[in-house]
Amino acid sequence: MAVYLVSQITTYLRGVLESDPLLGDLWVQGEISNLSRPSSGHQYFILKDADAQLKSVRFRQHRFGLEPLDGQEVLAHGRISLYEARGDLQLYVDFLQPAGVGAQRAEFELLKARLEAEGLFEETRKRPLPLFPQRIGVVTSPSGAVFHDIVRVVERRYPLAELVLAPTPVQGERAAPGIVAALQALHHLEGIDVIIVARGGGSWEELAPFNDETVARAIFGSHIPVVTGVGHETDFTIADFVADRRAPTPSAAAELVVPDQRELKARLEEGQRALRQLTLELITASRSHLRLAQAHLMSQQPDLSRRRQRLGELLHQAGESLRSQLALRGERLSSHGRQLAALSPTQTLGRGYALVQAGATGQAITQVSQAVRGEAIAITVSDGSFPAEVTG
Amino acid sequence: MPPQKKELTFEAAFQKLEETVRRLEAGGLTLEESLALYEEGTRLAHLCGQRLEEAKLRITQLELGLGQGASSE
Repeated sequence: MAVYLVSQITTYLRGVLESDPLLGDLWVQGEISNLSRPSSGHQYFILKDADAQLKSVRFRQHRFGLEPLDGQEVLAHGRISLYEARGDLQLYVDFLQPAGVGAQRAEFELLKARLEAEGLFEETRKRPLPLFPQRIGVVTSPSGAVFHDIVRVVERRYPLAELVLAPTPVQGERAAPGIVAALQALHHLEGIDVIIVARGGGSWEELAPFNDETVARAIFGSHIPVVTGVGHETDFTIADFVADRRAPTPSAAAELVVPDQRELKARLEEGQRALRQLTLELITASRSHLRLAQAHLMSQQPDLSRRRQRLGELLHQAGESLRSQLALRGERLSSHGRQLAALSPTQTLGRGYALVQAGATGQAITQVSQAVRGEAIAITVSDGSFPAEVTG
Repeated sequence: MPPQKKELTFEAAFQKLEETVRRLEAGGLTLEESLALYEEGTRLAHLCGQRLEEAKLRITQLELGLGQGASSE
């Protein structure tokens, strides 16, 4: 008889439960009751239906999807295991959503929540698209309208590009692996600048490959920017969330990827116009600079005519000044002349006076005492001299 | 066929043209430099226009052995 310890049995049971393929990944529908939310952030509740109940726990790190409420009918995703410390069999919930959602939709929401939590949809990892792609990879079906639509758009907008079609089925069993293989094939080519992953509109089931986890991870792992154009405007697939850019349709994806040559031509014309305008402005500005410089240069040059005129003025002034000086002096001279003339003896003699000089010495006799009797004297009158003798 | 080695790609020529316009707009150039930029820019604009006129979309299809005969849309 073998005897086991309790912990040996719980460990064994846990092993059995966790190795079961069904219990490791299942959806359970039921009503929430006895909900408790301790401060740990985990959530504990019971999932029940009319006949049975299942202990359930949702750990903080798995709080994706719906926030539970007592009495709510939900669809829970998770795994069954044994909590050994209590011997409780529990459903470990990692995703909750309202009951009534279709199975495929539920899978979609679960995958979306998981990948989002993992960071596959992060805005920060979205890369800018090249402005002028030269080689554009296209992952889509070779038949049907989608590739044709993309060709038409690129041909019209930017015929400088090359389209490299990596063909794949886009619905059915082989679609998801086909899309992954097409992406890989494009990664191995030289110089692919951007990749379009496209499919025309279809039912939710037909779009399933674009909600496949392997496709999502292949897009996430692409070192080349990926643009999706899947289905119609209202369809959002997991591929859209992971892609660097999501376009509502295949044609819109093509428009997003290439510039429009009409716009480019307009920019070329604008560029040429700006070149002409700027150069003309510069030439005009240079001309007016030149004119200013010339004017400045002229103003720096001595003005000879003005100086000549000034010189003339100065000379004239000097002449005038000299002339008036001379005139003044001339006048003074003639006045002196008149004074001199008034003092001159001839004038006096003219008025009847006479000059008496000693005949021997010629000395002027101005006093009686100088006159010696019998001495010869000379008497000068206005018109000449005559001898005389002192007699008295 | 890829553009010849000596020739600029459309992208390079287009961006160089826009750079040329920016440099002219920024000013501070001698008349001689500006005229050289004008000539260069005009040449680039013609080159770009010519490339667009002559362009013809090229299409290549990879052989993946996967899509063969598959009933795909």
